[in-house]
Amino acid sequence: MKIIINGKEEIIEQDATIAGLIAQKALNPATVIVEYNYDLIKKETWEDIVLKEDDRLEILRFVGGG
Amino acid sequence: MSDILKIGDRELTSRLFLGTGKFSSNKLIPDVVKASGAQVVTVALRRVDLEYEEENIAAFVPKDCILMPNTSGARNAQEAVRIARLAKAAGCGNWVKIEVITDNRYLLPDNYETIKATEILAAEGFVVLPYMSPDLMVAKKLVDAGAAAIMPLGSPIGSNRGLKTKELVRILVEEIPLPIIVDAGIGRPSEAAEAMEMGVAAVLVNTAIATAGNPVAMARAFGMAVEAGRTAYLSGPGEILDIARASSPLTGFLRDS
Repeated sequence: MKIIINGKEEIIEQDATIAGLIAQKALNPATVIVEYNYDLIKKETWEDIVLKEDDRLEILRFVGGG
Repeated sequence: MSDILKIGDRELTSRLFLGTGKFSSNKLIPDVVKASGAQVVTVALRRVDLEYEEENIAAFVPKDCILMPNTSGARNAQEAVRIARLAKAAGCGNWVKIEVITDNRYLLPDNYETIKATEILAAEGFVVLPYMSPDLMVAKKLVDAGAAAIMPLGSPIGSNRGLKTKELVRILVEEIPLPIIVDAGIGRPSEAAEAMEMGVAAVLVNTAIATAGNPVAMARAFGMAVEAGRTAYLSGPGEILDIARASSPLTGFLRDS
């Protein structure tokens, strides 16, 4: 199944949740922010959102900046 | 003597704001913050690089600091608003530095889009500190839009060229009833002191500290310079004359005739 993560197409497993994807990418849930189809979503809902074809995810974090 | 800088509902005793970009190692940041005395620290929001494990910058900023995300990367008001909302949702508090830039050579801000973003975010309850090209009419519109402070640039971002916009910033200090914070371009502690002496409320420094040979020592130097400049401003500097006026008495000279 194809979704868009940070502007790039990726093939992921069927029925993956956002929480599952974050774990699979070895990202620390405490330090990343996820935008799902242009909507901000809370960490508590990551388990409940099952990704579907053509979904768009932005996975973000804070970095140094002035 | 208490000298408090009030922005939003926060009372600050330090008038040096610190940016966290360009440090050779994030591990320097806690010591830099401490040495500078800064209470407001900026960060940026970026896409995670999935190929490369990165550090969480917020972990390096002391917990008692106000974390101020910037909207760098935004090319218009809409993108700035999106970044600000994401940062707030990520637990970054409600302060935001608006930065809207499309000019890649000088990184000069788009004042028009900045006003629009300020209006939207201030109405949503953000404490909005817009980064802007110094211009009196734009500053007045930012006041009307609900900005908490106005942040004119001293010279282009990261250039270390100092307070090239001095006369325009001076006009903002005189005419605008909000704190004026010089953001960008301050390259030396003497330039930070110069800005403070003319009555700006604070300065935001990043590159000059981050790219110094010894960033921790430079952070301390900037902290002292900001304090010196502020104290000088409050002291009321003496008048400037074209000709000499003797400091020693002009009577009682030891002369033969």
